[in-house]
Amino acid sequence: MRRGYDDVVITCPVTVPYVRYSIRGGHWFLARALAELVKASGVAKASMDGLCVSSFTLTPDTAIGFTQHVGVSPRWLDYVPLGGASGVVCLRRASRAVQAGDADIVACIAGDTSHTDSFRLTLANFSMFARDAVYPYGAGGPNASFAFLTSYYMRTYGAERADFGKMCVAQRDNALKYSEALFKKPLTLAEYLDARPIAEPLRLFDCVMPCAGGEGFLVMRKARALDLGLPYVHILGTIERHNGFPADPIQMRGGWAVDRDDLYAQAGVSPSDIDFFQTYDDYPVISLMQIEDLGFCAKGEGPAFVRANTLTFDGSFPVNTSGGQLSVGQAGAAGGYLGMVEAVRQLTGQAEARAVKDAKVGLVSGFGMINFDRGLASGAAILGAA
Amino acid sequence: MSTNILSQLVAELSSGRIRIIDLTQTLSPEFPQISLPPEMGQCLPFRIEEVSRYDDRGPGWYWNNFSCGEHTGTHFDAPIHWISGKDLPNNATDTVPITDFVRPACVLDCSKEAAANPDFLLTVEFVKRWEAKHGVIPTRSWVLMRTDWSKRTDPAAYQNFDETGQHTPGPDAEVVQFLVHERDVIGFGTEAIGTDAGQAQYLRPPYPCHYFMHGAGRYGLQCLTNLDRLPPTGSVIVAAPLKIQDGSGSPLRVIAMVTS
Amino acid sequence: MTRELSRPKRKNPILRTRLATLPPGARSRVALGLTAAAARGAFELQVCRDCQAVQYPPREACQACLSSRLPWRVQAGDGELIADTTLAHSNDLFFRERVPWRLGYVRLDCGPTVVVHMHGDVPPAPARVKVGARLDKSGQAVLIAFPSQEVPNMADDRQLREFTCDPKFRKVLVTDGKTGIGQAIVKAIIAAGADLVWVGHAEPWKKFPGFDELKAIPQVSLMPLDLTDSKSVREIAAEIGGRVDVLINTAEVHRNFGIGNRRGVEIAQAEMDVNYFGLLRLAQEFGPALRGRAADGQSNAVAWVNILSVYALANFPPHGTFSASKAAAHSLAQCLRAEMRPAGIRVINVFPGPIDHEWNQQIPPPKVTPQALATAIVRALKDGVEDVYPGDVAQEWLERWRDNPKALERELSNP
Repeated sequence: MRRGYDDVVITCPVTVPYVRYSIRGGHWFLARALAELVKASGVAKASMDGLCVSSFTLTPDTAIGFTQHVGVSPRWLDYVPLGGASGVVCLRRASRAVQAGDADIVACIAGDTSHTDSFRLTLANFSMFARDAVYPYGAGGPNASFAFLTSYYMRTYGAERADFGKMCVAQRDNALKYSEALFKKPLTLAEYLDARPIAEPLRLFDCVMPCAGGEGFLVMRKARALDLGLPYVHILGTIERHNGFPADPIQMRGGWAVDRDDLYAQAGVSPSDIDFFQTYDDYPVISLMQIEDLGFCAKGEGPAFVRANTLTFDGSFPVNTSGGQLSVGQAGAAGGYLGMVEAVRQLTGQAEARAVKDAKVGLVSGFGMINFDRGLASGAAILGAA
Repeated sequence: MSTNILSQLVAELSSGRIRIIDLTQTLSPEFPQISLPPEMGQCLPFRIEEVSRYDDRGPGWYWNNFSCGEHTGTHFDAPIHWISGKDLPNNATDTVPITDFVRPACVLDCSKEAAANPDFLLTVEFVKRWEAKHGVIPTRSWVLMRTDWSKRTDPAAYQNFDETGQHTPGPDAEVVQFLVHERDVIGFGTEAIGTDAGQAQYLRPPYPCHYFMHGAGRYGLQCLTNLDRLPPTGSVIVAAPLKIQDGSGSPLRVIAMVTS
Repeated sequence: MTRELSRPKRKNPILRTRLATLPPGARSRVALGLTAAAARGAFELQVCRDCQAVQYPPREACQACLSSRLPWRVQAGDGELIADTTLAHSNDLFFRERVPWRLGYVRLDCGPTVVVHMHGDVPPAPARVKVGARLDKSGQAVLIAFPSQEVPNMADDRQLREFTCDPKFRKVLVTDGKTGIGQAIVKAIIAAGADLVWVGHAEPWKKFPGFDELKAIPQVSLMPLDLTDSKSVREIAAEIGGRVDVLINTAEVHRNFGIGNRRGVEIAQAEMDVNYFGLLRLAQEFGPALRGRAADGQSNAVAWVNILSVYALANFPPHGTFSASKAAAHSLAQCLRAEMRPAGIRVINVFPGPIDHEWNQQIPPPKVTPQALATAIVRALKDGVEDVYPGDVAQEWLERWRDNPKALERELSNP
């Protein structure tokens, strides 16, 4: 049995407002996220002795260059370039550091800028395997990769486009209650189905929209949070897994399926105890796989599960209560923090009009780094209200 | 007195009473060169490469590099060109006596015969008939064989190859010896690509014009043009090869002075 | 079913000729193993020497046993198409101009799953396919899924034609039509559907067997062209350079001398003047025009073919100066390839063994016939390969050269 997280808690969910394009650099968004954490916590940056950074557009810097950029001298530093799994993985690293006493307050931040051509450049140089074996094939990036997965999933498990459409529409409904979401208008199923094709079977609203923005949270001991008067949540259980199921010919499951029993055992809860689920949702098919792989239904029963639930914050089985990336936007590595930040808001009473009623236990999962044909990094965390 | 003669020459040239006729083909890449069987060494055709033309390679000037063989275009054959002349004194382009560069010419019109027979061979009998009409060929004259071959502007017609070889007019063996020994000519000139006929390898000896002329220290001129504009007698040829050290021949500008 | 290609309409002269764009060409060094094989028409993947696991994408270490001994081995390419998609959108200029673009996801029978371009006749997934490697316009290898069985008009597929240099409906310059090689190539390229073939001939006063027969072919247009004459090359380029889609340089001088058995340099100069400087002159005069038309519609400028020699790889002393001139031409052709690549024009180098012509009279068989060489060149254009080693001798030399270049040098010098 793995050791739990004792009294290590998460506080101060912050967001740097999202914009479609920005003339700023990646450093700007990370610096804003850090400034938001200072503002939200009342802790000076000099007193944050741990720093964990995730970004795609910090290049040529990593976390270390950023310390000098913003004038901090942490005694614990980590750089987690894991894209959509960054939120969960940063939490795991930071909480163990606090638990061990290597740091007292860890600022976890993620952020990226977005220029009109930065997405193309990011794709072209994303990874060795992507450069060698994916990008030359139409340069479709994750659109093409998820088109394969989606079409295979539909053919294998009988999913309909309307099933994915329902997920997107529900998330849009949630997003309408979240002021930072870039998508402000309702989405109808007809609009979803009739949108312009991107990479069949994917159409426009299946594809996440790249943007600029930042997210952050603090990890510290409960006592410290209480001293500072900060609302917090408990870390009940976490997992991560990289390159799970390498022998699968096509990705129909992620690393969560390897470790989910461990996750629930560590947290001491079962899937039925989960009040909301923040998935990593750059494309709806991967959200559906997370629902399956984290135990809410069997593999292939995702479509039926979607049909049986509303997925909205105010209905049955709330998913991506702030709208998810599909309706908020994908601010690079901050996309891997979006669910974590939203979960903390839900469990600390900061979710405003989209609050899930009586939410006590939330599940956040992360998924990242389409290296060649599949996402390699996966992780999940179960958080509990104080 | 010599000053007076030269002054008179200049005056005659200025007045047009002495005209200058260019007997030279333009040196161009298209002009055909002598073709030997492919396994043998070959004479290079004229080639020209631009060095600069008021451009980044030379902003204010235009110039070229050219390359060619000693026997390319309208050219001069020195005695050393042939094995029969290899041991003669002053037999190369840099040593032949410069007094030979300005000599009178006799033009033998074989154009009708050449038109009728591309393998036409000039004979002693032809020369004697010509002399009967125009007088004996003076000593140390050029003998120029007019065939109108230079009017064949199509290179294929000019070369006139078929599967048995080249078919162009030239002298027979006997007439060459006659011109050298009986008339003491300075050289023999033709319009075709050689001083010898296209089929001269089958004469005895092969290539008699080369063999006897050069063996006797005489010269050759070939690829001449405008011979139809020269009188049978009375013209003066200026033919000075480039001063190539130990050269066997040289492209050159051949001009003729004729009186009106 | 692929629709048979039809002759393109005449170009609308008031429309701008589009500029060439290239698909993404960046690759890791190890991935260039795929390109190296595709350049000579092979589909190879890394196979672990220690555990036999087939690797893809290309790796520095075996994913099964961490061995770094990963030689490239020929693959059959059979596999199952497990998913496919059609891109309607791409951020990359090349593909943006070509969408819709069909892609597939194939589980190879030998193990790995690969992302592939798709031939139009591959049915929707699931389907059996045959995967092959081709060079794309950036000059790098990509994988393409073909139908498992031959289908009609297969070569005419719209996507496939982006990777090939098929002579069908294209206009071709063959620089020397006087040789048996030149004549065989003219006939083969016309049989392959070329619309028009300009045939160069130097020294028009020299008549060669078979030349009159060429003249009688309706698609043939004879042009005086002498590669030793810059003016001639310049003038012909000015006349037809803007229309040539495929240039096949057949001109060569081949003599049988080494260093010691021929005094002087004039033979070596003649060889260099055609074999090396001739290529340089052609490249300077025709290169810009071909590059400018690399995206000019269905019958765009696509390829440049050099007939080199296996002697370009290692000197054959009895033909020593010829070998040297071909080595020089090979090196220059690499430069040409680099300069043509930004336009996506393929430079195909052909390395025949001894060709059955008069200058190889004393070389014992096997010798490549001009017809076999011509067939290999047409095949290379259709497959879009870069390096061709036609004939048994060339294949054997290639193997020897790849195995041990020093050993080949010794073998050639002690015939």
